[in-house]
Amino acid sequence: MTSPLVSIRDLEKRFDLSGNLLEQITFEGGRFRRKQEAVHAINGVNLEVHKGEALCVVGESGCGKSTVARTVMGLLSPSAGEIHYDGQRIDNLEGKAALPYRRKMQMIFQNPYASLNPRMTIQQTLEEPIRFHHPGWAATEVRDKIHEVMHSVGIDPDWGSRFGHEFSGGQRQRIAIARALAVDPEFIVADEPISALDVSIQAQVLNLLMDAQESRGLTYLFITHDLAVVEHFGTRVAVMYLGRVCELADTKTLFATPRHPYTQALLSAIPKLEDDRPNHIRLQGEVPTPVNLPSGCVFHGRCPYANDRCRQEIPQLIATDGGGQVACHAVEEGRL
Amino acid sequence: MTTATVSRWDRFRESFFWYSFKRDKVAVISFVVLMLMVLSAVFAPLLAPADPYDLAQIDILNSELPPVGLDGSDPAFPLGTDAQGRDLLSTILYGTRVSLMIGFGAVVLQAVLGILFGLLAGYLGGKIDAVLMRIADVQLSFSTLMVAIIVGAVFKASFGNLMFGEIAIYMLIFIIGVAEWPQIARTVRASVLAEKKKEYVDAAKVMGFGTPRIMFRHILPNTLSPIFVIATVQIANAIISEAALSFLGLGMPETQPSLGSLIKSGFDYIQSGSWWITLIPGLVLVVLVLVINLLGDWLRDVMNPRLYKG
Repeated sequence: MTSPLVSIRDLEKRFDLSGNLLEQITFEGGRFRRKQEAVHAINGVNLEVHKGEALCVVGESGCGKSTVARTVMGLLSPSAGEIHYDGQRIDNLEGKAALPYRRKMQMIFQNPYASLNPRMTIQQTLEEPIRFHHPGWAATEVRDKIHEVMHSVGIDPDWGSRFGHEFSGGQRQRIAIARALAVDPEFIVADEPISALDVSIQAQVLNLLMDAQESRGLTYLFITHDLAVVEHFGTRVAVMYLGRVCELADTKTLFATPRHPYTQALLSAIPKLEDDRPNHIRLQGEVPTPVNLPSGCVFHGRCPYANDRCRQEIPQLIATDGGGQVACHAVEEGRL
Repeated sequence: MTTATVSRWDRFRESFFWYSFKRDKVAVISFVVLMLMVLSAVFAPLLAPADPYDLAQIDILNSELPPVGLDGSDPAFPLGTDAQGRDLLSTILYGTRVSLMIGFGAVVLQAVLGILFGLLAGYLGGKIDAVLMRIADVQLSFSTLMVAIIVGAVFKASFGNLMFGEIAIYMLIFIIGVAEWPQIARTVRASVLAEKKKEYVDAAKVMGFGTPRIMFRHILPNTLSPIFVIATVQIANAIISEAALSFLGLGMPETQPSLGSLIKSGFDYIQSGSWWITLIPGLVLVVLVLVINLLGDWLRDVMNPRLYKG
């Protein structure tokens, strides 16, 4: 296998809850104590994205999938771990050194109503990144590039003088995609790009993303919670739970033979037309708080197969016979 | 280029802003009155019958003449004359000019300081935010007038009356501008805190744009609406502050009177029957401040995002 385009190594991200020193001091049981708390959003994530693929990251709300996306893009700095792009570590780059990667890596956001600057016309929105990354380009080159990306996302170039609020949600998301494509990226992180859109528009935007992948040779890291989209779009799927990757496999393999108990429960929840009596796997309890992580496997409190080892030892991703990877002691021991 | 300006004008004429302006009679009248005052102040040298700064045109024998229509008035002085024999109409026109200059100048200074510090505090956050906002708190805990009186007195003592007369207008702009910047800085900071969480800011960061570019090109234009509202009201406040300072004798000298120093100069004669020297500039000041405040109120209603966003 070729070396990965993007690799995420032992990534951790904590968000501090306790504030400054004064706010950390609490009075408990007759004495002052310093109390520090943090949300453990990502706890040791390892992922590799290969050139040309669409790696989908799925999981429920709060499992850290958006945090992974934002950390990869450098919007958040990791608490621990490294991010490599094409063999070069990028999470510690600053200023000018990071610029080439800013051009190669782009992001599409969830909410098309907030991701376009309300005071800029579409023309200005698309022009600024091109001029910024290609200061030497002549005005005609810039204009041609804007026309090209607007055409490729299905927006009439004559609409350039309009403002974002004059467009519908689907059109705005197309414009946001055009902005990302304007700097000719290789790698695009899409953070739930279609979940804010109407169902009828979702398919259009998804097809647009797939066309762009084909014609421009793009690589995607696609964050979503919509399993139908994953099945349609993803080359490989990573399932996250409480800040850890619990299973990683080819889309077909994962949907056909899910190995991790959480993946099995997740997939069984997909509604099917032919099913009048669906056989959902019902998980007990709630997702534990990411402030105080459970010991051992993060899923052990809700897992029907959990034993003492699961309660104490953190499972690592191991290769399965299907070609995927799964982080589960039960699978490793053959109990499942 | 012409097509772009035409379309911008059309856009403006179709906007909610213009629509609500046309429908609000108070706003239209206030705007017309303010424009009349601003224009007559700007073109005071052309409009005024006499030049109150020119000592050669002043005759002490004309002093304390009443306005036209009263006994003993002179048709050459429609609003009468002051104690030095200056034509009151001309002096008011020139005085409005000085007052407006100080008002606008002080607000421009406030806006520059307030926007800069507000953007830095809101966008960068952390220690910079804490330090800047504590400075603003300290500044706000002093009354503007108190600071101005102290600084004005020190200036006046150290430069002497003659020199002070020359720099008085700049000093007043400086004092009022510096004393009131926290008002704008706080408003800007609050808007920036709301704006910087929006995804278009993330999109700009992902593009690799530098912090100054994101602050000034992306966030600042989205925080301008509240700045306009505050700045309008602050112009009126600055004019009042200047009038108060002048009334206390720490503002504009009598040789270059503002509305405030005109009111003061007439105050000594109000008991001797020459009420017009104080009353007429006082009315002009009230009308000026009133129309600016009415316009500010209207702007606040129009630009309130809860009522209308766009």
